Amino acid sequence: MSPPDADAMSGASVSAETRDAIDTLLQREAALLDERRYEDWLALYAADAWYWVPHRPGQTSPRDEVSLFYDDRMLMETRVRRLMTAIAHAETPRTRTSRVVSRAAVAPSAEAGCDFVAAAKFVMIEYRLNGQHLYGGTSHFGIRRAGDGFAIAWKRVDLVNAEGTHEPMSVPF
Amino acid sequence: MTIIPRPAAASELRQLVRPDRVHRSVYADPAIFALEMERIFGRAWLFVGHESQVAKPGDFYCTRLGRQPVIMVRGGDGAVRVLHNRCTHRGAEVCTEEKGSARHFRCGYHGWTFGTDGRLVSVPRKEGYDAAFDGETKALGLAPVARMDAYRGFVFASLAADGTALLDFLGPVKLSFDDFVDRAPDGEIEVAGGIFKHYYEGNWKLYIENVNDLMHPRYVHESSIDTASRQSRDAATDGAGDIAVRQMIQNGVLAQIWDRVGVWALPNGHSYMGDYHDDKRLLGDNADPVFAAYRRALEARHGPARAKEILGVSLFNTIVYPNLTFMSQFRQLRVIHPLSAGRTEVHVLSFRLKGAPERMFHDTVRFANAINSPASQILTDDLEIYRRIRDGLANEAPEWLHIGRGAGRDRADGPATVGDHGTSEIHIRNQFQSWLDYMVNP
Repeated sequence: MSPPDADAMSGASVSAETRDAIDTLLQREAALLDERRYEDWLALYAADAWYWVPHRPGQTSPRDEVSLFYDDRMLMETRVRRLMTAIAHAETPRTRTSRVVSRAAVAPSAEAGCDFVAAAKFVMIEYRLNGQHLYGGTSHFGIRRAGDGFAIAWKRVDLVNAEGTHEPMSVPF
Repeated sequence: MTIIPRPAAASELRQLVRPDRVHRSVYADPAIFALEMERIFGRAWLFVGHESQVAKPGDFYCTRLGRQPVIMVRGGDGAVRVLHNRCTHRGAEVCTEEKGSARHFRCGYHGWTFGTDGRLVSVPRKEGYDAAFDGETKALGLAPVARMDAYRGFVFASLAADGTALLDFLGPVKLSFDDFVDRAPDGEIEVAGGIFKHYYEGNWKLYIENVNDLMHPRYVHESSIDTASRQSRDAATDGAGDIAVRQMIQNGVLAQIWDRVGVWALPNGHSYMGDYHDDKRLLGDNADPVFAAYRRALEARHGPARAKEILGVSLFNTIVYPNLTFMSQFRQLRVIHPLSAGRTEVHVLSFRLKGAPERMFHDTVRFANAINSPASQILTDDLEIYRRIRDGLANEAPEWLHIGRGAGRDRADGPATVGDHGTSEIHIRNQFQSWLDYMVNP
């Protein structure tokens, strides 16, 4: 489960229309997180999706190493519903975020359940209780055709400081 | 030498701890913190790491003792040493990676080179020194910590040359380490799967007071208990969500169940609590073929009677005062590193039981993610409470915190004292007795 490198993401033949549609999907994915529209965010993901933030660069599996986040669909649901409650201490008051996501590189994927793989850089500013934190890294997405559009089959977020000592994290990247 | 004025007199320090109260300054005062670093972290046996982290000659692991950076390294002679990570020439750290394998440590400043046993093996252009320097080099190796020892693979060190032996310091809490290791069918455990590291805004003591505080889960973890209880079990899971949701739900057991869980206070500030889990997927269920295979492996090594005895030990958190806490049954270990009175760093290690089916380790990873990740839906609510305590204690009045739940109702139980009920604050009072012992006896 290593992410593809830049070469693998560049020379591939994907139609401009598909690439733009996936890029729009990923911009929307980020915007929904910033707007805390978590149910809408979940709706972009497939019913068997997973969301992964490895604990170190180059981590190849979420099974035999710990992860900052490794949420299967069940845990994605629990996580965002907890964020929407009014009783989570870590989210009282709430975290506010603003993120900038680069234009996505898109390549076809031979992986089962995935038609494309997309990569985008991001920078996220997180604010809560007079504390502002800066996160950044690269996200990879598995993209699946779904009806007339696309669903996100998986998301892997490689933070530049993955293996560092972290402040408590509440919201997905 | 100290530059911070502080209440170093024993009589002043004694006034900070009462049978059912503790003064705010023990959490909030930088002068008290400085004294703790000297008198507690400068003397107690502190956990360094596990021998499996340096399995082969040359393997090293960099960590801290209190606030001092040290290297745990296995030398070419096979011996594990704990060395101060500081060049004896101009003071630079000589090892900058967290872990790895090295043939030697070469200082980046002037090339002084140290063996993995700490000896100074070369100094470039030695002719720049007098001939007498050759005689000095023996004393210029990387400084070993004052004392080190290990119990069943757990390496401890003390920054003080004198003091009780490790085994005496541990006392009856040894049983909890035994429980940890005995569960491995091959009789050995190993650190595996990576180390979580996170900060929190609060005093180091809050963490070890909280882990055996059985009154807090229902309140602190209400959001995850509530959400997990409502989670549809039809949602897709590869095991990660299943384990995490089960653990979140378990934190919501009834108050009566928490009160039936024992909390045992032990000498030297240590303590452990019984277990409150009744979820068989988390505990291990004979109907599960993986757990059944594990049980057979344990029986093959020890015989059915001893295996039953090993699996019959039911402990959740163990605390080794001042800054180690672990879960033998769930194979998690946390080291609390104080940074200042109001800021702390925590490292979390996971362990593999050698000889157990690999899926048991996958479950350990899932459990670690659920409860110990910096993004844990459980842990982050604890950390927010520590922050609120730090900010609340900026108030100079009221001066006292209350630690009297169950006070006066403790009972002797062999070498331990057991709280009258599971939600007794006995372990906090016990920690402060040790705190005073360290602080008033310089």
